[in-house]
Amino acid sequence: MGILDFLKRKPEPSAGVAKERLRIIVAQERSTRGGPDYLPLLRNELLEVIRKYVNVDVDAVNISLDRDSGHEVLELSVALPDGKPAASAG
Amino acid sequence: MTEIIVVTSGKGGVGKTTTSASLATGLAMQGKKVAVIDFDVGLRNLDLIMGCERRVVYDFVNVVHGEATLKQALIKDKRHENLFVLAASQTRDKDALTQEGVEKVLDELTKENFDFVVCDSPAGIEKGAHLAMYFADHAVVVVNPEVSSVRDSDRILGLLASKTRRAEKGESPIKQHLLLTRYNPNRVEAGEMLSVKDVEEILGISVVGVIPESENVLAASNAGVPVILDDNSNAGAAYKDTVARILGEERPLRFLEPVKKGFLKRVFGG
Repeated sequence: MGILDFLKRKPEPSAGVAKERLRIIVAQERSTRGGPDYLPLLRNELLEVIRKYVNVDVDAVNISLDRDSGHEVLELSVALPDGKPAASAG
Repeated sequence: MTEIIVVTSGKGGVGKTTTSASLATGLAMQGKKVAVIDFDVGLRNLDLIMGCERRVVYDFVNVVHGEATLKQALIKDKRHENLFVLAASQTRDKDALTQEGVEKVLDELTKENFDFVVCDSPAGIEKGAHLAMYFADHAVVVVNPEVSSVRDSDRILGLLASKTRRAEKGESPIKQHLLLTRYNPNRVEAGEMLSVKDVEEILGISVVGVIPESENVLAASNAGVPVILDDNSNAGAAYKDTVARILGEERPLRFLEPVKKGFLKRVFGG
């Protein structure tokens, strides 16, 4: 580092942030890849419905579509927050 | 047997045409008979990078529509007699290319005993990009160490595995080669840029080459000489390594270490 560099403020290293964000978005996009286009929409609408009753996180709903010999399985899992009572509806 | 290589990326401006030009030239330098085709209908540019823009008479769409023969439209490279360029049409009609038309041209190149056909894909995932990848045996996915480019290339890897002839016919999958371009080891060391390892981890595929960011790439495109022919540039040397690896040779990656600054630069910065 040069003398003049001390006067310039160094930016925070940002590659780590980029890697983490990419890891998450790439995994999410891969999980819906190849499936029908309505899956992301279905996920969002389900999330809205669930949120009417339970205060869950955006990441709490997981949808995956698996192909088994001859038939497809739509798997839906919802992680409910532990401990706290469910938020009241309406 | 003619092998078809698509150079693709999803995102624009990452170095597809630069890569297509250098890859095709590099293969020709190895004695292969090569044709390089610009699929970017309406935005012809490969001719400029190859330095043959003033010799374009007929283009890809003319051949597809039977307005010219393939022989008439193929432009022989000035430097390598076994290298030919097929320019994109400047028509604004995006439907000018059809799957049947592209297949006809590729079949004809196969009959003419070409060893390799390099397809320079347009950016995006629309028709032109789809046609460029559809018949491919190999794919070179060009990626920059930058978030939007990495995400788009993952999408392209998905399309290569599902929306190509090999995938639809259930044949052995396209060979995927990830090419990291505009790499700056100094910025990687400073933690400002994704590293080779980062990109490989995120995409789950190893790189076939790393092209360092280089002033020589702009100089080469200014001059209309593919950068692989620039013997004084690291980018050119890295492309030569990449071509050798695609041909099956094993070569270690180079130019990944930061360039140390000289004493004066260390003292005064810059």
